[in-house]
Amino acid sequence: MTEFSLWDILRNLLLATRWTIVLSLVSFVGGSMVGLVLLFLRIGKGRAGQIFAKGYIELFQGTPLLMQLFLAFFGLGLLGIDVPAWLAAGLALIFWTAAFLAEIWRGCVESIARGQWEASASLGMGYLQQMRYVVLPQAFKIAIPPTVGFSVQVVKGTALTSIIGFVELSKAGTVMTNATFQPFLVYGLVALIYFALCWPLSKSSQLLERKLNVAHRNH
Amino acid sequence: MSLIAITEVKKSFGDNQVLKGINIDVMPGEVIAIIGKSGSGKSTLLRCINGLEMIDSGSIMVAGAQLLPDEVHLRALRLKVGMIFQQFNLFPHLTVGGNVILAQTVVKKTPKAEAEAMARKMLDRVGLGHKFDAYPEELSGGQQQRVAIARALAMQPMALLCDEITSALDPELVNEVLAVVKELAAEGMTLLMVTHEMRFARDVCSRVVFMHQGLVHEIGPPGEVFSNPQTPELKQFLGMI
Repeated sequence: MTEFSLWDILRNLLLATRWTIVLSLVSFVGGSMVGLVLLFLRIGKGRAGQIFAKGYIELFQGTPLLMQLFLAFFGLGLLGIDVPAWLAAGLALIFWTAAFLAEIWRGCVESIARGQWEASASLGMGYLQQMRYVVLPQAFKIAIPPTVGFSVQVVKGTALTSIIGFVELSKAGTVMTNATFQPFLVYGLVALIYFALCWPLSKSSQLLERKLNVAHRNH
Repeated sequence: MSLIAITEVKKSFGDNQVLKGINIDVMPGEVIAIIGKSGSGKSTLLRCINGLEMIDSGSIMVAGAQLLPDEVHLRALRLKVGMIFQQFNLFPHLTVGGNVILAQTVVKKTPKAEAEAMARKMLDRVGLGHKFDAYPEELSGGQQQRVAIARALAMQPMALLCDEITSALDPELVNEVLAVVKELAAEGMTLLMVTHEMRFARDVCSRVVFMHQGLVHEIGPPGEVFSNPQTPELKQFLGMI
């Protein structure tokens, strides 16, 4: 039986961490783009767009991410479409992230006081101008801390993709456990690596929140 | 010809009829105070003139243009009538100068330099030229309200609607805002203001409108309305204060 040193284990885990990071980035960036589209459909004036976005968000928020992964992976397989694990994982995470970000951002836009809408309307601005110059710049500031905070959920969400066979940090942990028979050590290291990824994110979310609040404590 | 013609305006919120047929004609240069108990419909009336609330029936004409609910007509109307709010509603993410410049460049497409010159002129007019680069949160309530006035003036409206513009201010800040309004009145600006400042209404306004339960109950020069109220409701209202 081959002996694994601590370094062997750690090195393999860190190599797999690259995929956790890539998947997180892809999910977050892709999710932001889809989420932005959803946001505008949701707060826009088109009735059909509102209903679609609302339904989309409720569907993705109301089902476990794991089921979405299974459906993307096995469901499309049933239709005869061969979906590689990385594609199913990426798509499911993008759509899932988009639903949550759209809802977070909607809250930010709606938290802008009605007086801001009225004042800009009374100056003759149209809906798009109000959005562009008055509402979104303010909502953007409010949105930064919760958005960065949610990115932690995305990083942790990528762990689920191990179940459909995508080899990222969690999957690598399982593989290493099977090879070394040291589950506590391996999963302990896995947890530490996740922590090292997530803690700076949640910390910066807190810092940002404090910083942006201080700048705007008077209104 | 009247600048603002309000004819048989009715407005309900659900089952609650707030305006029950309002008729007021405002001549150019007139300063009109609208007084009355809360819930009498005075703020709603102002908001209707600016199209922030849609009227159910009747008509509102400003300088010959009809108030219609579509965006094109609304925007045309809003360029003619500025509005000042109780809560100032300055844009907190922009400087004082930015607040006054924004709508000029975005709505009127005024070139940046011209808009800035106009902003400086209007801020000087309300005595705040030196605050051009400050942010609203750094100003007192009275100063913020004066910036709001400058912001509305920069659009060169024909009339200003003032919705309880001193009600959110500390007592010692009320006068600096009223002084600006008084100056505007003296310069011939048409003003329609909902106010609780009875002294100001008496001193500055050309006519006072007393609203009661969604109707214009009494209307006339301040001397008459305040010294010789005709109806028990107005007597009671004035006695209350």
